[in-house]
Amino acid sequence: MPRIVMDWLAEHVELPADLTADRLAADLVRVGLEEEAVHGAAVTGPLVVGQVLEVTPEPQKNGKTINWCQVDVGEHNVDGAPRGIVCGAHNFGVGDLVVVALPGAVLPGPFAISSRKTYGHVSDGMICSVRELGIGDDHDGIMVLTRHGYDAADLVPGQDALALLGLGDEVLEINVTPDRGYAFSYRGVAREYAHSTGAAFTDLGLPEALPTPPPAATPDGFAVEVDDVAPVHGQVGCDRFVTRVVRGIDPGAPTPAWMRRRLEGSGMRSISLAVDVTNYVMLDLGQPLHAYDLAKVAAPIVVRRAAAGERLTTLDDVERRLDPEDLLITDSPDGARGSRVLGLAGVMGGASSEVGETTTDVLVEAAHFDPVTVARTARRHRLPSEAAKRFERGVDPLLPAVAAQRVVDLLVELGGGTADPAVSDLDTATRPAPVAFDVTLPARLAGVPYTREEVVGTLREIGCAIDEPADASTDVVVTPPTWRPDLTEPAALVEEVVRITGYDRVPSVLPAAPGGRGLTSEQRIRRSVARALAEAGFVEVLSYPFVGAADLDALGLPDDDERRVAVRLANPLADDRPLMRTHLLVTLLETARRNVSRGLGDVAVFELGLVTRPTPGAPAAPQLPVGVRPSDEDLDAVAAAVPAQPRSVAGVLAGNRGPAGWWGPGRPVDWADAVDAARLVARRVGVDVVVVADPERMPWHPGRCARVELTDGTPVGHAGELHPKVVENLGLPARSAAFELDLSAMIAATSGAPVAAAPVSAFPAAKEDFAFVVDADVPAADVRAAIVAGAGELLEDATLFDVFTGEQVGDGKKSLAYSLRLRAADRTLGADDVRAVRESVVAAAGRRVGAVLRG
Amino acid sequence: MSTPDPLDTAALDAAVDAALADIAAAGDLDALKAVRTTHTGDRSPLALANRAIGGLPGPEKAAAGKNVGPRRGRVNQAIAARQAELEAERDALVLATETVDVTLPTGRAPVGSRHPIELVQERIADFFVGLGWEIADGPEVEAEWFNFDALNFGPDHPARQMQDTFYVEGTDGAETNLVLRTHTSPVQARSLLARGVPLYVAVPGKVFRTDALDATHTPVFHQVEGLAVDKGLTMGNLVGTLDAFARAMFGPEAKTRLRPSFFPFTEPSAEMDLWFPQKKGGPGWIEWGGCGMVHPNVLRAAGVDPEEYSGFAFGMGIERTLMLRHSIADMHDIVEGDVRFSTQFGTEI
Repeated sequence: MPRIVMDWLAEHVELPADLTADRLAADLVRVGLEEEAVHGAAVTGPLVVGQVLEVTPEPQKNGKTINWCQVDVGEHNVDGAPRGIVCGAHNFGVGDLVVVALPGAVLPGPFAISSRKTYGHVSDGMICSVRELGIGDDHDGIMVLTRHGYDAADLVPGQDALALLGLGDEVLEINVTPDRGYAFSYRGVAREYAHSTGAAFTDLGLPEALPTPPPAATPDGFAVEVDDVAPVHGQVGCDRFVTRVVRGIDPGAPTPAWMRRRLEGSGMRSISLAVDVTNYVMLDLGQPLHAYDLAKVAAPIVVRRAAAGERLTTLDDVERRLDPEDLLITDSPDGARGSRVLGLAGVMGGASSEVGETTTDVLVEAAHFDPVTVARTARRHRLPSEAAKRFERGVDPLLPAVAAQRVVDLLVELGGGTADPAVSDLDTATRPAPVAFDVTLPARLAGVPYTREEVVGTLREIGCAIDEPADASTDVVVTPPTWRPDLTEPAALVEEVVRITGYDRVPSVLPAAPGGRGLTSEQRIRRSVARALAEAGFVEVLSYPFVGAADLDALGLPDDDERRVAVRLANPLADDRPLMRTHLLVTLLETARRNVSRGLGDVAVFELGLVTRPTPGAPAAPQLPVGVRPSDEDLDAVAAAVPAQPRSVAGVLAGNRGPAGWWGPGRPVDWADAVDAARLVARRVGVDVVVVADPERMPWHPGRCARVELTDGTPVGHAGELHPKVVENLGLPARSAAFELDLSAMIAATSGAPVAAAPVSAFPAAKEDFAFVVDADVPAADVRAAIVAGAGELLEDATLFDVFTGEQVGDGKKSLAYSLRLRAADRTLGADDVRAVRESVVAAAGRRVGAVLRG
Repeated sequence: MSTPDPLDTAALDAAVDAALADIAAAGDLDALKAVRTTHTGDRSPLALANRAIGGLPGPEKAAAGKNVGPRRGRVNQAIAARQAELEAERDALVLATETVDVTLPTGRAPVGSRHPIELVQERIADFFVGLGWEIADGPEVEAEWFNFDALNFGPDHPARQMQDTFYVEGTDGAETNLVLRTHTSPVQARSLLARGVPLYVAVPGKVFRTDALDATHTPVFHQVEGLAVDKGLTMGNLVGTLDAFARAMFGPEAKTRLRPSFFPFTEPSAEMDLWFPQKKGGPGWIEWGGCGMVHPNVLRAAGVDPEEYSGFAFGMGIERTLMLRHSIADMHDIVEGDVRFSTQFGTEI
């Protein structure tokens, strides 16, 4: 994101002399340019210009030769004598003007300079290289100022080098939102600063700001053709292409120090004069530019889409396979039109036509490319270049001619070149469309009583042209400025009015909603279930939904288990966990394990969350346009493509369910704790469930797994002890138990109808106990069902109070003892009533489950 | 020697005195029982006197009765009082022997708790329900159209690339046009389509971005979205709602401030700062979320006429809200599922 060098900004807008980076940040954030960072001064402490007076080479035992130097640092000389400094580099000599870090200075690193003893001398400072100052990667040794664009006449020993090199300034970096491409330039930031503070702004992007206006195209301009056979969204990839030629540039001409300093302060490295000038003008105005070595380009330039199989080596030395959608700049060697690829339009140039150390004649390109085409290419090749960042956000189509002229002027001035009168300018760019606008809209949408003058004035301030009707009508026509392609809707103009006049003017008024229905029944049930589990001793946790095949294998799920049919992510965070969980236990068990491994051995955790259950072979969701309500059929197609995502609730128990203490030993977790929790959930949901044995459901123990079903037989989940193998795989304590229920299915099964309350009988109850002997494999639930059926409507409650096996009941048998509470609604039960119930219960139990009353 | 007269006044007084002395001297309930027998039993002087009254001629009965009755009453009263005293002493002794150390640990039933992320979402929901809004939700694996296009992020919109999106892959790498929702905002279009206007909904829920877990980021996190669409809603209404929400979550001194920003689905758009009274190092502004007036294209995508209706929307991170409110320094604590974290919060927040 853009970094702002203060004195550069000051060329566009009046700045207070004492403006700090923090103050600038505060001024800019008010109009929406957020602070990304304030980069601290790169170097602190005494950094001065020094002149080398003596250099004494001193060979060392290790074969190296060091230089013992005497350096004049002006007022920083000690008692009038130059400072002695040891230096290992050899690229400088007596008389050279260098940069000296005196003791107390801190260079990037941070690297604190002090006076120190080395090689038998006291070295009283350091002669710095470009690299040590953090302003370049040069390995060429010491920075000799006159070789870096500084004029010896401007330099005095002892002079402050911090200011000279621009290293002492804090630099503000701002964040530019995607709608404000123009703010990727000093021109744009200055405009915003002026909006925020009212400071005087000079628009250097207008032709009249140039010393000589840009010339019109000439017939002999460098030939350029746009041949776009596959425009994206009907938008031709290139609608403006200006070329200029500058000849006779001195290839050795350095980039002047002021330009280097500004480029480096803005976060760019200095490369060569021609490249630096194009970068400088891009940062200044926002127009990406490209400089070709004229000798390496053959007319005509053809802007076209790539052909299948074409390749290009870009400036970053990467060979790229091109996509037919990539827009290319090509030229025509040997008359073969468009046969050679010069670069990816608006993204990055190619290596072949790069300006080099011998380039004297330069072809300057200043073009305007379709944002979508550039964005796609930048994305496809992962090349978020400075040019692409600007083009994809939108560049002012009027800039190319102005920016090209600036480049030409600078190359003439700094490189000694001559501007060629031949100019080409292919221009089919459209201008922003006028927007019909009701000037009362900002007041209505913001709730601020803006006057008509304020609205119209503000829009004019940001560069809009306003067509006001002759009558007093509030409808005007607003033509946005060319640098604001984002202003296409009245709402966008409203934003500008509110933004420029200040968001702080918007009042705070709580609206009165018409009144809702409160939480839905499902939302309340969800809370109730979660709270019930918490009150029952479970701790709620949240686990990430990402799983892999190995996680499912650890649960022992069979290959054809439906829980393996999962949504797969194209770009998972971890390659071994690309799937979205189809059930909660797979990740909740991992959470339980983590707790156990942290020494929390008695653990009961639960989670409530969505799981994803894709339908195999579901169609892809349709791609539908922006800003249009899809047809009902399209919405149905979207719905069909989105996988089912029921809400599930699961719990895991390990260790002791009741803790050990002074009262005695703890009670270990067993299968029944999990089933009980499942029943608790069902009660809180308000749905009747039955429990049946399920010997084939991993990850549960085949003999200790209960399937939970609705009364119509629909399974809604499982509960019980975990399979010993799974417990071992996961490193959980033996006998750990778990449950998982499809909460959505259970909630859907509730009738939603209010409970019809039965009257509460105040007549006395009769108690009656039964002990039945049944085959050992008869489920208790079946025995109870038989009793309930037999007892009829007088039954109020039936409790199983004893289960007994042993010799007395015989091999393969068990005894189940029930206590029944009987009560009538309308009378005290007599002995006959009770006897009748007893006989009926015994008969039903005998008939249904082969139960025999125990003698 | 004649038989002593059972009704002799002096003898009666002596009997009463003896009885009272014995009652006072009775050290326990058994002793008192013996005293009762001795002094009120059939053969006690007072009982004999009472019986003798029956043998007196009519006219004398009344006088004799007045002589005996009150004396018997005094004795019986004294016995009852002593009985109550001794019973109280006995009861106190029993309770004293049953004394336990009440500071012993008592946690025989395990105590659970809710996760604070869920509790904060419920609290937020309660605030909006209190305003008369409703609570909506939507799928986490979402169609790109709802996550982006319906919110005015076209396929080539630069902001669409800034969202660090998880994409869903079809069989053999086929396109599904599904993503893990990057924000709760897709529920805007879903709610508008399903419920129509006027609409006031808040949407707490889970969202996903391809950020690695560190102290302040998590790939799975939570947001709450607010959306109001009605006739005549203004940006002032947005500010009013945010201010009320901030006060509900952070106390009466909390307030909000808007800074211009950009989101494809709002215009005007703003970043929202929260004035946070409990900020470390003194009260100050903290970034809390994004907001703005609903973009006309979002209304159009849901079949709502932007000429007739306007609306506002906002969204903020639940994790951030929780971390601010409860001084949580490290995201790991929130996402790792260590029970020691949740347990601190109980079931209310």
